[in-house]
Amino acid sequence: MNRKLWDFHGGIHPPENKAQSTREPIVRPPLPSRLVLPLQQHIGQSSQCLVKAGQKVLKGQLIAAPDGYVSLAMHAPTSGTVIDITSAPVPHPSGLTDRCIIIEPDGLDKWVPHSGISDYTRAEPERLLQIIRESGIAGLGGAGFPTSVKLNPSEEVTIRTLIINAVECEPYITADDMLMREHASEVIQGIMIIAHILKPESIQIGIEDNKSEAIESLKNAIATHDREQSIELVVIPTKYPSGGEKQLIQVLTGCEVPNGGIPADIGIVCQNVGTAAAVYRAIIKGEPLIYRVTTFTGEALGQPRNLEVLIGTPVNELLEFCDLNDSELNRLIMGGPMMGFSLLSDSVPVIKTTNCILASTEAEIPLPPPEQACIRCGMCETVCPASLLPQQLYWHAKSKDYDKAINHNLLDCIECGACTYVCPSNIPLVQYYRHAKGEIRMLEHEHTRSDHSRQRFEMRIKRLEQEAAAREEKKKARQQAAAKASAARNKASNNQGAKAAVIQAALERTRAKKTRLATDSKSSVNRAEPEPETKTVTGSDNRENT
Amino acid sequence: MALLKITSPHMSSAGKTGDVMLTVVLATLPGLALLTWFFGWGNLINIAWASLVAVSCEALVISIRQRSVMFYLTDYSALLTGVLIGLSLPSLAPWWLTLIATSFAIIFAKHLYGGMGQNPFNPAMVGYALVLIAFPVEMTSWLAPKSLPGNDQIPSFLQTLTAIFPFVGGEAVDAFTMATPLDTFKHKGEQLAAQLWASEPVLSPSSWLAWQSISAGYLLGGAYLLYKKVFTWHTPVALLVAMTIISGIFWLIDPDSYGSPLLHLLGGATMLGAFFIATDPVSSATSVKGRLYYGAAIGILVYIIRTWGNYPDAIAFAVLLMNFAAPFIDYYTQPRTYGHQISHQKTRSGQ
Ligand code: SF4
Ligand code: SF4
Repeated sequence: MNRKLWDFHGGIHPPENKAQSTREPIVRPPLPSRLVLPLQQHIGQSSQCLVKAGQKVLKGQLIAAPDGYVSLAMHAPTSGTVIDITSAPVPHPSGLTDRCIIIEPDGLDKWVPHSGISDYTRAEPERLLQIIRESGIAGLGGAGFPTSVKLNPSEEVTIRTLIINAVECEPYITADDMLMREHASEVIQGIMIIAHILKPESIQIGIEDNKSEAIESLKNAIATHDREQSIELVVIPTKYPSGGEKQLIQVLTGCEVPNGGIPADIGIVCQNVGTAAAVYRAIIKGEPLIYRVTTFTGEALGQPRNLEVLIGTPVNELLEFCDLNDSELNRLIMGGPMMGFSLLSDSVPVIKTTNCILASTEAEIPLPPPEQACIRCGMCETVCPASLLPQQLYWHAKSKDYDKAINHNLLDCIECGACTYVCPSNIPLVQYYRHAKGEIRMLEHEHTRSDHSRQRFEMRIKRLEQEAAAREEKKKARQQAAAKASAARNKASNNQGAKAAVIQAALERTRAKKTRLATDSKSSVNRAEPEPETKTVTGSDNRENT
Repeated sequence: MALLKITSPHMSSAGKTGDVMLTVVLATLPGLALLTWFFGWGNLINIAWASLVAVSCEALVISIRQRSVMFYLTDYSALLTGVLIGLSLPSLAPWWLTLIATSFAIIFAKHLYGGMGQNPFNPAMVGYALVLIAFPVEMTSWLAPKSLPGNDQIPSFLQTLTAIFPFVGGEAVDAFTMATPLDTFKHKGEQLAAQLWASEPVLSPSSWLAWQSISAGYLLGGAYLLYKKVFTWHTPVALLVAMTIISGIFWLIDPDSYGSPLLHLLGGATMLGAFFIATDPVSSATSVKGRLYYGAAIGILVYIIRTWGNYPDAIAFAVLLMNFAAPFIDYYTQPRTYGHQISHQKTRSGQ
């Protein structure tokens, strides 16, 4: 494995805490008492509900369809009855509730008729993409961007490199690790299907050197399934956050994703190993995405382990299954300890992007000590993988000097938390950045809104002026007793002016929308897709424009 | 079950600002021990006194500002300021000199600018510079080192205490004071450097041993701090390298009139300055690249002031001047953010 690797700036080595959850093989928990399926589990438009309360559904049956191109299909994870379509708490940093389909399993677990494609190599890529889209597959690594969209880059770019993210750099999380250990052949075949769609020149799996068992299984699976040996397994040094999409690209290729762009711009597509396995099941077995591997760990659990969870299973039932010590539980985190968010309710469901539930005790993850003054020690800068100046960002964010913060590239912060991790003054830097980013988005929103109203106002003034002018003209015309024909001509020309103003306004609106979309995608983090929080803003934007 | 709502990241490393400051204080010990060995109890007493003044002033200001005194005292930044002032002042500096320097440092240089983390100038150096300008005589008389043959006049603890606090009422001493090596060199007039090294007692091997051992002590402490990752190597290394180069150039051109790099590196407060003063994070440049420029500029300024300025040593002035320039350095040395201005992006990826 003497292949050139690149390094990215900074990074940290937090305690891994991965051993706890890898002692046991992946377990399938019993059927839950009910399933809660949010209509929005992904980036993009909410799915469109296709079922009604009271309706019986079969396992794998389509229950919600994608609403637009960047949206997702959803399927019943088991057979049963739709008991309600209602607002329920969903896993989101803000503790929101959202529309969910609630299904009560009937215990039969009866499949809808389904079948796969035995030889995908003879299938058209378009057909495979269609199946992936119909199977409701989204990136399982965390962001939840619809996979069929990512695998269908624009005509202008050529994809040269397919990168498979098997890094799993966050502490505690072992879902991908266990999946690779136990289902390496599914992963490898999934990768080969994706490669068949994209036809890249090279396929690279990036994996950290702390996963020796997974590396072994992948090697064997490659030997079995990949006769041309086209897949390169690249073992990279363990360092957080090398699993960030941009960082992994840098480590493997030495290239950087240009500011404001996506990996496809430099001929790269990244996919997570879990997604690859889901693609395999969709194509070969005809099974939509209805379950995933999720790590349940933390000292509040008697039996930390990885579970093969039906999407929509409430977290509390799974915690119970892992022998939760209720009195010890202090913090419940969805995702890892570096980038995950704390859950306010344990009744939220596991969704397509849930890779880990960390149930920690107070001793394990204590409260941060009080914040002290920044001593400008520069520790934060030395670990920032985006090569930012976190302490400067902090000053600007704190003093609400957002222009300066943007100048210092606040919007390039991937919120990895490395800076907060090392800060000796315990400053919750990321919290300041998140707040500032939110404010900046708000201001932009307000700004365009006020632009709109100004335009409307100006237009109105213009119209009034024109009308006044017209009246004046008429009066003059009457006074001078001019010919009727000339008065009519005047009126016609005024109408034309008004029409031009309307067209102008429409043009302005589209332009404003475009720039906003551009800025929105610029503020995307880590995954080169808008982060979950942008969801609400984008939604209201659309409402306003339509 | 009450679940905590806290945003990510949920983990943090163990390092704490208070620990960082204490580590720095700890790292001064080798230098301090050697200082005490060669020059007697003076600095130890000064440090204790300066620390007491610093911590009291800090507590006073914080309580006036109505903040939690214990919370702020335990970042130990005031203690460190006191220790650094005590180390820099001559060993028999009178009590009021230390009092003025330290209280000015804490009250004016630190808290008037908004306290911890807000001060643009290094507080210890502001205090030091103030007394250096105001009381030049008191500031330049050093004891002769104990290693000097025939020097049996290193005062006892009580004598030292009396010298510093005359009202203690012990027996006064008439200690044998002499100029520092840099001072001697500065005022050598027409004498050739070689003659000076041969004739001046302060530059004799036994006295020089004292100065260079103390510098080595600070170097050792600095190395420990680098090892403990309290700061990065950039500032101190840039400072020492720049000073070596500039003094080396002049020395090679005219070794008779210019001091050797060794004299500049070991004969004064260079090591103390490089590792304990220029590295003060609050008042220095913050970006990694910026710290290279910052350190190098201090090294060069120190040499310029020592050689052509009015003061034999210049760490304080050089550091303060560069404190002033730090925001500009930061502005012009921002690192290139990931994905911005990619210059030589390969057109083919994945090779
Ligand atoms: S690590 Fe913390 S204290 Fe140090 S410069 Fe960064 S924000 Fe300031
Ligand atoms: S959270 Fe942002 S600023 Fe902090 S280290 Fe990560 S990318 Fe840099």
